[in-house]
Amino acid sequence: MGNVQSKLSGEIYLKEKPLDSYHSNQLATEISVVLTEPIASKNLTVLELIRLGRQPYTNWIGSLSKIDKEKIIRAIEMVGLKELEHKKCYELSDGQFQKVMIARALAQDTSIILLDEPTTHLDLYHKAQILKLLQQIAHETKKTIVFTTHEIELGIQLADKMLVMENDKNSFGAPKQLIDEGKFNTLFPTDTIFFDATSGSFKIKK
Amino acid sequence: MRVQKTYQLSFILLLFALFICFCLNISLGSVSIPFGDVINSIFSGDVKQESWRYIVQNYRIPKAITAILVGGGLSLSGLLMQTLFRNPLAGPFVLGISSGASLGAALLIMGTSLFSGILTFDIVNNITLAIASSIGSFLVLLTVMVVASRIKDTMALLIIGLMFGSITAALVSVLAYFSNAENLQRYIYWSFGSVGNLSWVQVGILFIVFISGLLLSIILMKTLNAFLLGENYAKSLGVNIKQKRFLIILATGLLAGGITAFAGPIAFVGLAVPHLTRQIFNTTDHNILVPAVVIYGAILMLLCDILAQLPTSAYVLPINAITSIIGAPVVIWLLVRKRKMIF
Repeated sequence: MGNVQSKLSGEIYLKEKPLDSYHSNQLATEISVVLTEPIASKNLTVLELIRLGRQPYTNWIGSLSKIDKEKIIRAIEMVGLKELEHKKCYELSDGQFQKVMIARALAQDTSIILLDEPTTHLDLYHKAQILKLLQQIAHETKKTIVFTTHEIELGIQLADKMLVMENDKNSFGAPKQLIDEGKFNTLFPTDTIFFDATSGSFKIKK
Repeated sequence: MRVQKTYQLSFILLLFALFICFCLNISLGSVSIPFGDVINSIFSGDVKQESWRYIVQNYRIPKAITAILVGGGLSLSGLLMQTLFRNPLAGPFVLGISSGASLGAALLIMGTSLFSGILTFDIVNNITLAIASSIGSFLVLLTVMVVASRIKDTMALLIIGLMFGSITAALVSVLAYFSNAENLQRYIYWSFGSVGNLSWVQVGILFIVFISGLLLSIILMKTLNAFLLGENYAKSLGVNIKQKRFLIILATGLLAGGITAFAGPIAFVGLAVPHLTRQIFNTTDHNILVPAVVIYGAILMLLCDILAQLPTSAYVLPINAITSIIGAPVVIWLLVRKRKMIF
């Protein structure tokens, strides 16, 4: 979907238009991404990096208009990076850096933000912080935020809708609904862990 | 914008430094000419000796301009390489472009002598040398581009460039083994690099090559900034990766190939100057870096040329040696001080 890897089969539609028919620049105003791969240059400052999010809208030399600057300031405020603005990326912690990448995607001002495992390498506190931030952004800006994760329990607590991917079948719905349907019970082999529907979490078998 | 203002001052200072270096460069040389006479010979005023005017007009000024074009162009191609390959050690030499030029020159100088029975006259001169090394670098560049269109991984491309370098170096040494002493010496002189001995016409051709490379880079500045995030992110920002990658390689090839053709291989400028510039300007923004690197490279090359001249003496040191003597410690110093080569 993020146009990073070519699709295996089928057809992807965005706003009732096939994804392939979008011009690359047009697509850049519809979908922004946060990937797991590190960025090429960690020597960028936070502000420089977030500014790059405006590229699909700027002219050939990349100069920022008033609207561009407003969007950048708005993105920085929303993610809470004001103090870190002039720091270099290699000076940031993993959690801070992930926030910067989210701010960059926000500055790109797309209707959809895709994140590939945004919480890997983070401790539990920062995992929850990042996901909560995403939830807050989604509710405030009415953007569609899609992320992949291995953190099922956090997902159950924070996501509006979940797509549980298994080998042969996928199920989609609100976390509560999926729990009621017992979709999590068979997700993993049941020899070491089992799903506890009342607490919405996995427990280790004693 | 606030940020832009601070850079303005730096640019004014840099341009001033460039002007000073240019003046220094044209007033120093094996023949000592008073500065006033240097100025007069440019603006057709009175000069004590007519030969001075000739030296300044037809030797020193073309040489200084060549130094500016060579320094600026090589540094710019180094910057493009480092951003494209996401590698702080990339430079014009790495893609094998310079080695291609060397092979072209070696084939002309040493190869033709092997067929001396057929060729009864000497065809080696400045022009044929430039043509041969242009063809050499262009062929290597073409091969690299064909490979680049098949291979996605830029690191692999970098290694392929290095391998091309090894192959050409091997071919050159085979040629050298069979060559006679005179031609060997000729080739070695070419490989010393030189910004002198270019006629105004050659300087003109070099200028056109330089300007086309610079214009391409200016058009590419926005893309280069996107490349700082990596290719996948650049793609998500709407950058046509394949096309832009081709254009960046084309610009590098034009600059590095054209310059090596006229001035011979000149080491380290392309590698070291972008790093020095990043230290001074403390930015990764190519809108700032592209012009800054060109001016900075020009200044450095003029200074190296002044040193190579050994003012007041009749000797001229190989410029390639001077740039390496200055460039290599700079790179080491950067590594030691910063612990890592950031780009």
